[in-house]
Amino acid sequence: MEIKISEITKKFGKKQILNGVSLTIEPNRIYGLLGRNGAGKSTLLNIITDRIFANDGTVTIDGVSTHEHDELLGKIYLMSEVNLYQKRVRLQELFKASKIMYGGFDETYAKHLCEAFELNPKLRFGQLSTGYRTIFKLIIALCLPVDYVFLDEPILGLDANHRELFYKELLDTYSSHPRTFVISTHMIEEIANMIEHVFVLENGKILVDDDVDHMLSQAYVITGPGETVDQYTEGLNIIGTESLGNLKGNYVFGSLNDDREIPDTVQISRMDLQKLFIHLTSGGGTGK
Amino acid sequence: MQFDFSGQEPIYLQVANQIEEGIFTGAFKEETQVPSTTEMSREFHINPATVLKGMNILVTEKLVEKRRGLGMFVKKGAYQLILEKRQSAFFEDYVKKIVSEAKNLKLSEVELIKLIQRGFKTNGD
Repeated sequence: MEIKISEITKKFGKKQILNGVSLTIEPNRIYGLLGRNGAGKSTLLNIITDRIFANDGTVTIDGVSTHEHDELLGKIYLMSEVNLYQKRVRLQELFKASKIMYGGFDETYAKHLCEAFELNPKLRFGQLSTGYRTIFKLIIALCLPVDYVFLDEPILGLDANHRELFYKELLDTYSSHPRTFVISTHMIEEIANMIEHVFVLENGKILVDDDVDHMLSQAYVITGPGETVDQYTEGLNIIGTESLGNLKGNYVFGSLNDDREIPDTVQISRMDLQKLFIHLTSGGGTGK
Repeated sequence: MQFDFSGQEPIYLQVANQIEEGIFTGAFKEETQVPSTTEMSREFHINPATVLKGMNILVTEKLVEKRRGLGMFVKKGAYQLILEKRQSAFFEDYVKKIVSEAKNLKLSEVELIKLIQRGFKTNGD
């Protein structure tokens, strides 16, 4: 049971937000959906969960379109920045309402999470701070019996301790009860090792659709004296460059030409996901 | 355990190396359990599939084994295997580097041998 997104196109007025986005989301994996502000991440998530409609393209689960298909949409949950809850309602009532809507809710786990995050379920939604609103929405997302959980900026307003706790709980519930999580966030460093596969969205198109390990295995930083570095990296896919006097670092994405000898003065090292993302999306290179 | 998240070495290799180091230093004794995939995943915010990939390297190298329903255990003889593996890699991993750096520093072979002898005498001080 996989979600297949094919050739999704979305325009708001004359502005093209998504331009032929296709990707497949498999069961029981953790994905990262990365992109700069305005890349179209939230729009894509809203289309996948049928909150807004695409101009073109389809979202299907096992070949069946999810559009207005309540049963299939019941397997998907999107936690987003939008607050859909009435301010005067108590959290415990909102838990109950979610249970009715989705036909289930892990109350034991919700209780555990409320205690871990020190959230009193007797409070009303309107009484919560930004951080605690996020926590409340996360609890709902983790306790619903859905197969696909989409988290759009799930750590908005969370302090370092709460973020740490959230990552632990996410991996814990994922291990004990595997399902798919798609995390869209700007905090790339913090989730880099939790995600197995990454989608990078840039200007409404998919720039990268790859396993994190594989993606990083093709990312290199070549440092050394400027001329030597340029000579060695000539013809390679250079996505960024840094220099300090005559010391130069070229960021390369793609295979190195292994036949060539590496000059003594040149050093080859690796980069992390965040660095790679920054260089890929800063308009400096051709991407791939 | 301490992981380097800067991207210099893939995380699954680090998982394998760290557990191997744990076995070598005796932190994980033979016939005892190593931390579970879930535990490591949770503690270090690493995807369970990545931890498993690292664990599988150790299974292939016959350092750990899966005991059905119980988890991963250090195999008997694992310490000896690691010792032999590291001994045979010692020339590639260390000696070549030392010699190359000695050459950079214009130290002669005789001087290098003297330094090594001094290292043995002072026990590394």
